[in-house]
Amino acid sequence: MDTDDFIKDCQAQVTSAAQHKETLCIVGNNTKAFLAPPSAAQTLSLSAYAGIVSYEPTELVVTAKAGTTIAALTQALSEQGQMMPFEPPTFAEQDTLGGVIACGLSGPRRPYTGSARDFVLGTSVINGQGEHLRFGGEVMKNVAGYDVSRLQTGARGTLGVILDISMKVLPRPETETTLVFEQETPNDLAPQIKLARQPLPVSASVVIDKQRFVRLSGSQASVDASVQRLGGQVLHDDAAFWQSIKNLTHPFFAASDGDANSLWRISIADYAPALPLVGQWCLDWGGAQRWLITDEAPTAVFAACAAAGASATCYRHSDPAAQRYQPLDDTLLSLNRAVRQSFDPHGVFNPDHFHTETRA
Amino acid sequence: MTGLHGSVVTQSAIIRVCHYNIPINIRSAVPAAHAHITLHHLEARLLDNAQEQFTSGGASGATSQTSDVDRSGTPRFSPQDRQARREQYAEELRQLLDDSAILSTDEQLIPYESDGLTAMRATPLLVVLPETTEQVQAILRWARSRQVPVVARGAGTGLSGGALPHEDGIILGLAKFNQILSLDAEHGVARVQPGVRNLAISDAARPHNLYYAPDPSSQIACSIGGNVAENSGGVHCLKYGLTVHNILEVKVVTIDGDLVTIGSAALDSAGYDLLALLTGSEGMLAVTVEITVKLLPVPEVARLIMAAFDTVEEAGEAVGAVIAEGVIPAGLELMDGPAIEAAEAFAQCGYPTNVAALLLCELDGMEAEVDAQIQQVTRVFERCGAASQHIATSEAERLQLWKGRKSAFPAVGRLSPDYYCIDGTIPRRHLPTVLRRMDTLSDEYGLRIANVFHAGDGNLHPLILFDANIPGELERTEELGSRILQLCVEVGGTVTGEHGVGMEKINEMCVQFDPATLTQFHAVKAAFDPQGLLNPGKAVPTLQRCAEFGAMHVHKGQLPHPNLERF
Repeated sequence: MDTDDFIKDCQAQVTSAAQHKETLCIVGNNTKAFLAPPSAAQTLSLSAYAGIVSYEPTELVVTAKAGTTIAALTQALSEQGQMMPFEPPTFAEQDTLGGVIACGLSGPRRPYTGSARDFVLGTSVINGQGEHLRFGGEVMKNVAGYDVSRLQTGARGTLGVILDISMKVLPRPETETTLVFEQETPNDLAPQIKLARQPLPVSASVVIDKQRFVRLSGSQASVDASVQRLGGQVLHDDAAFWQSIKNLTHPFFAASDGDANSLWRISIADYAPALPLVGQWCLDWGGAQRWLITDEAPTAVFAACAAAGASATCYRHSDPAAQRYQPLDDTLLSLNRAVRQSFDPHGVFNPDHFHTETRA
Repeated sequence: MTGLHGSVVTQSAIIRVCHYNIPINIRSAVPAAHAHITLHHLEARLLDNAQEQFTSGGASGATSQTSDVDRSGTPRFSPQDRQARREQYAEELRQLLDDSAILSTDEQLIPYESDGLTAMRATPLLVVLPETTEQVQAILRWARSRQVPVVARGAGTGLSGGALPHEDGIILGLAKFNQILSLDAEHGVARVQPGVRNLAISDAARPHNLYYAPDPSSQIACSIGGNVAENSGGVHCLKYGLTVHNILEVKVVTIDGDLVTIGSAALDSAGYDLLALLTGSEGMLAVTVEITVKLLPVPEVARLIMAAFDTVEEAGEAVGAVIAEGVIPAGLELMDGPAIEAAEAFAQCGYPTNVAALLLCELDGMEAEVDAQIQQVTRVFERCGAASQHIATSEAERLQLWKGRKSAFPAVGRLSPDYYCIDGTIPRRHLPTVLRRMDTLSDEYGLRIANVFHAGDGNLHPLILFDANIPGELERTEELGSRILQLCVEVGGTVTGEHGVGMEKINEMCVQFDPATLTQFHAVKAAFDPQGLLNPGKAVPTLQRCAEFGAMHVHKGQLPHPNLERF
């Protein structure tokens, strides 16, 4: 099916669902199903809508269809010495760009170079009325119209079917080196905070299993100078280590598989003190993204986060119906509801995802 | 009706502005002698769009105050009626504010008639200058209950008429929100009020060896609240990003008077990314009363290379070649011949003259890295045929070379009685095509164009030189500006890279976006402001307006129905 036919077909599916008061669950290759509860909604698949639409390395911009796999995109960028700077996590080989953007996922590089939303420049989207819309564009500076493309990022497909995505990309660093430091108290943030305030080419910083890992990226000269300044042990085969952190395949995360424990992602100020929640912690993003494996109830996790100005998202839970998203306060909830309904007035998209109470 | 595409400068206008004690944005002032011509066009433009939206958007909540809308562009209320309303509103607002915080006389209102785009003017009914968040909440609740349009305003340096008053509404001036509430050097954040000047944040952070990255050229005067409204950039945004990349949290007041915190001290928050949506929303969705910004460590060193080229095309290729090399400069600026000559004559900064194009390339970071990159970039420039290269030998010389670039606008102003500054972005590879077509257009209209270009990110600022005293020249300039912006869209770019749509580029939005997308923008607006009271008529044109403008939406150079002949 050619591109135009595919899009028309999607539009028809959406229009029909809206007319018949049905719902659609938008999927790519369905590799992130574990992030949402099971859904009875009909599937709208973007798996077949794949491929790079345009890529101009010297413009630092790529446009790809939602079903393009992260692996294929990474390969194409890599051939030109470039990368997606937000280091998208992938949970399977077939993870798609659309899924990563819809879920707003960013890897260890995020605090230092930016998030998925930071690099999104434009999207084409089908809204809940079946209209094909284009927001933003393929240029880095663009203030025409509301920034709907960044709004779509992390909206979990509740604001429309993302078809095409234009992103800013960056050159791969000339070299990377990871340093390891022993850290007896896993929740001691002081070393990470101190590190973040220095003009060093840090590109990742994580505390896991009583060790602190700091990745430096840049020119050989600046990385060498930084290694001199920081000390620590050089980690060999560090690429595999960072893959395991980014993709949640490090042995640490296995403790949340299939037992009473749940896995939580907590987004919090990098300098915020440890939360009063019992469990095992991994502090990524220099302390701004904390992974928690715990048997605490979701309500307890949400309450602790609310008190600390943080927000929690459940990644794995033995109860598929468990509440997954940090509850919103009343004014924020009503704004979120109004925004969702402005894109999807008939409540067609992903009825079981995101903050379900915002659906029309 | 054609568009007006930027700031216009004349000497007489600057004097006029000084007379009223307005904080001057040197880049823009009105050609006083012809203000009435412009005003005629722009009033019509403002009233058309605003009143369509004001009435259609607020259908359910509209009161008798909005029922007698006249779309012809004439004021809706008679002078007597206006005065009566002014008095009545002032009386009601005195319940909420000190008398001194309500401006209502002609002398008080004149300074607020325009923002940095002084060619567009309108007199608000009142200006209110609250000092507390509670007062902002009370004012917005009042405006909502009375169905009065509200235009928020910071320092008034915006270049697209975003803070242009609504004739039937009030200006909500945030100048008294001028405090840096906290500066936490250890954690690299500052909480500031919206009226704080952009540069004041970096000044306060400097003793801690920190700074706030976005540096729009108006940073001495522009306020951080306005930066949030416009998603301001600056010469360093290729590497350090725009406002949206450098703020963590905003506190905003909705039209219902609710105070909402959007974002957090964390890097992301629950719910939709409303921080991204609000940034650059031009005061259409809510009023910002507090901003938490990120502060970055000052780079160890910054060094500047200046390279001259015999053709603009070569310089454009050199920009691509630097990036292909894997180097992301902190700043990368291109000037063409007329702009170089003007800047050198104005600032005597040491630019070579008699060259077709000049590149300024700044590299920053750790000393070892910058040294290596300087070598790398000079090699690239040499390979790309640079006629000459010079590396600033001291910090003073580096600043001097930047000074020329930063004063390019007023410098060009000396070549000509007036100029328009245009703000389009294009994919950089189309630079030669766009420059060639601009040359053709320049000949066709008999108007000279000088170009300064944020080359790293494709943001082009053509300056059209004209003389407003020659009858018809202003109108021709407007039309030329509109054609240049449409050219930017045609090659896959945008009608505004950083100055915002405001009122000035409202027509060209019809070229960039199709009706369904514009309708979605209106729906987003209605989600926050169902009655359309916040900055009505700006940023997004009504479909009716687009139909009247008669422009065709062009996507990537593909005209709809390309098989049809066009005349």
